[in-house]
Amino acid sequence: MADVVVPIEVARSFCEGRTDHRVDGDNIRDLVKELSKLYPGIDARLNQGLAVAIDGEIFQDWLLEEVTPSSQVNFIPAIEGG
Amino acid sequence: MGNEKDYLELIDGEKKFRHIGTRPIRPDGVDKVTGRANFGADFTMNGMLHGRVVRSPHAHAKIKSINSTKALKLKGVKAVVTGKDFPTLDPSDKAVGEVTVSFFDMSRNVIARDKVLYDGHAVAAVAATSPQIAEKALALIEVEYEVLKPVMTVSEAMKKNAPILHKGMKTSGVEPTPSRSSNVASRAEFKLGDVNKAFKEADIIVERDYTTQTVHQGYIEPHACVADINADDMATIWSSSQGQFMVRALVAKLLAMNTSKIKVIPSEIGGGFGGKTIVYLEPLAVLLAKKAGRPVKMVMTRDEVMRATGPTSGGHARAKIGAKNDGTIVAGELEMEYEAGAFPGSPVGLGCMTGFAPYNLKDVSCVGWDVVVNRPKAAAYRAPGAPVAAFAVESAMDELAEQLKIDPLKLRIKNAAVEGTQAPYGVKFPRIGCLETLTEAQTTDHYNSPLGPNQGRGVASGFWFNIGGQSSASVMVNPDGTVIVATGSPDIGGSRASMALMAAEVLGIELQNIKPLVADTESVPYSDLTGGSRVTFATGKAVVEAAEDAVNDMKRRAAKIWDVDFDQVEWKDGSACCIETDVHKPMTIADIAAMAGKTGGAISGKANINAKGAGAAFATHICDVEVDPETGHVTVLKYTAVQDVGTAIHPSYVEGQMQGGAVQGIGWALNEEYVYGKEGQLQNTGFLDYRVPVASDMPMIDAIIVEVPNPGHPYGVRGVGEVPIVPPLAAVANAVSHAIGIRMTDLPMSPPKILAAIDAE
Repeated sequence: MADVVVPIEVARSFCEGRTDHRVDGDNIRDLVKELSKLYPGIDARLNQGLAVAIDGEIFQDWLLEEVTPSSQVNFIPAIEGG
Repeated sequence: MGNEKDYLELIDGEKKFRHIGTRPIRPDGVDKVTGRANFGADFTMNGMLHGRVVRSPHAHAKIKSINSTKALKLKGVKAVVTGKDFPTLDPSDKAVGEVTVSFFDMSRNVIARDKVLYDGHAVAAVAATSPQIAEKALALIEVEYEVLKPVMTVSEAMKKNAPILHKGMKTSGVEPTPSRSSNVASRAEFKLGDVNKAFKEADIIVERDYTTQTVHQGYIEPHACVADINADDMATIWSSSQGQFMVRALVAKLLAMNTSKIKVIPSEIGGGFGGKTIVYLEPLAVLLAKKAGRPVKMVMTRDEVMRATGPTSGGHARAKIGAKNDGTIVAGELEMEYEAGAFPGSPVGLGCMTGFAPYNLKDVSCVGWDVVVNRPKAAAYRAPGAPVAAFAVESAMDELAEQLKIDPLKLRIKNAAVEGTQAPYGVKFPRIGCLETLTEAQTTDHYNSPLGPNQGRGVASGFWFNIGGQSSASVMVNPDGTVIVATGSPDIGGSRASMALMAAEVLGIELQNIKPLVADTESVPYSDLTGGSRVTFATGKAVVEAAEDAVNDMKRRAAKIWDVDFDQVEWKDGSACCIETDVHKPMTIADIAAMAGKTGGAISGKANINAKGAGAAFATHICDVEVDPETGHVTVLKYTAVQDVGTAIHPSYVEGQMQGGAVQGIGWALNEEYVYGKEGQLQNTGFLDYRVPVASDMPMIDAIIVEVPNPGHPYGVRGVGEVPIVPPLAAVANAVSHAIGIRMTDLPMSPPKILAAIDAE
């Protein structure tokens, strides 16, 4: 089970304020699917302007990035630049 | 990337690069210094019309009517467009990715519909046979307004009874969602640990409010484009921007056109710094060209650039730091409100994520509020959101060092983020060079030199994420063995030279045999725009992969010619060599290219990637100033920028980025600000009144390159363009504060403000 952290605003809207979750899955799509079973609608929100960091590496676009049971996964705002 | 490991071993050991790290003259340099390079306004077509924009004189007003009858009767006027000519978009239609944008808002920023929301907001556009006629026509377009009270600052906008810019806009990110409309678009929060509990464990707490003003990117080249559209509705746009694919995508979206019907040809760009990552003129020019049936050129004046294009947010920040007496920081808190301009979308969230990132904090809280005001919509500017947050945090760090009587660099070193540190946004840093920039700064002659009377020294650190994203590259081998490297990334900082250097390194050929070019949207696959300090990293990675693809193609052909297995061929110094026998003389790239027709046709390599593995950037700056106590004028005496760049592909351009970012930050700290009149009209719309630093204002900026290779890039590259603007606001403010003995918390520190602070003591 990967450790998944969602932003505070998302946690407040969908997870009764809980930001940290343990989720089963082989890739980010799996994790999001699992989360949406517990928190309906969270999948659409996580797809809105959020990047993902897997063990510190940031992916602006995500779908099938692989995760392991020891992965730390953080959903964070997509990063723009100048 | 099969060779990634080998390259990194080289970086970690002795450097054996042939091209990387050298300083050749940039391929576009001669054209630029001799005036031959074509920028946005240089393009001309037969039968071309000239477009101009009618702009609102009011900061906040309802548009009651627009009548263009008189303008259309003027001889030479060929077309007028207003908001009614634009498609209606869905308010929920947003793009996410490298820039999150609401197309609904963007369309209304390009041209107002029912309301104008800032002085200079576009209301109508006209195309005529000469610039003079177009100018005359502007006065003939009659716009009737109902003037509303403007809201110019975040503090005014957040008041309970403030005039509302967007009826129906509710603050997102708060629970429960408010029932009333608000100028506060959203709230963002990032938190680690328990900050309240941690503050109770602190021996000392510093806390203070900081304010900054709206500033502009200050690019020298105004926005400019030419658009043509033929009878089949195929549009061609020549445009100065940070991304030809960005222009194509946004024009397609805002005008409901099919992407395949739009071709965008990038011109040279005279500065962008984030301000050319969106469109203003291009959709207007396409619509005017369509209506008139002729090409239309549009070029903004400086007045229009200042009034109507992307400044970055001014704002307010409150920073609080708690520490033990030995300097160990136990808690950090940051709350900020940023001006978004006329539509939601300030970079306040990025400010929250970056402010405390240089430090190893277990308990930290950052809250940001995104607030709309009657100013132009904020656009990206180098490290969007980070400089204001760093101004607050790094000033507080300086005050903490002062109170603890600890050297400010030692305090930072004691608390510096290292590999494994959890950033305030929750992510653990991989290999980073924050500490290395601090220790390097500590050993400089600059930091250890004495100061004179009325002089002060300030230091500050900064962080920027750097990003990867989508990039494409084609490496095409010509019949004579010379090579073309085509990418879709506009060159705003010397990237053509960097692309050529990386390709030369892989191909093993001389640099002068490589021609790097920036291709149009129909000549190379999609690339994200040039921004986020991503091009040398991500597009460079694509170039390396494309060059390797071409090398493999040539090795296959050599194997075919020699009738040996592919794995019997290695690539060395620009030639294919047969490993186990010396029967076959090595074949140079020119030898193989000359036989391309006999071995399968043209030789090329390609790579279309979404680059991962971007490496974060840290910088530490040192600034010495002298303050004239009679006038309040600040002279920057000496400035040193130390930065971890990963690997410097072309050190001169890396240094240029560091120096440019530092100077822009110094201008932000000392002089630059938007000055509005009582009714919200911008007063300083030119470079005489909006004072950016010029060469004669500045000492030479010493740039010290630190190289902690990024494991995510074949040559160890991190981005370099953005982080150098993050520390200067605080570095200068800390220096001025020490020079006059008063903590300066309000930017810009213009002479009247400094005199007032001295007089108030």
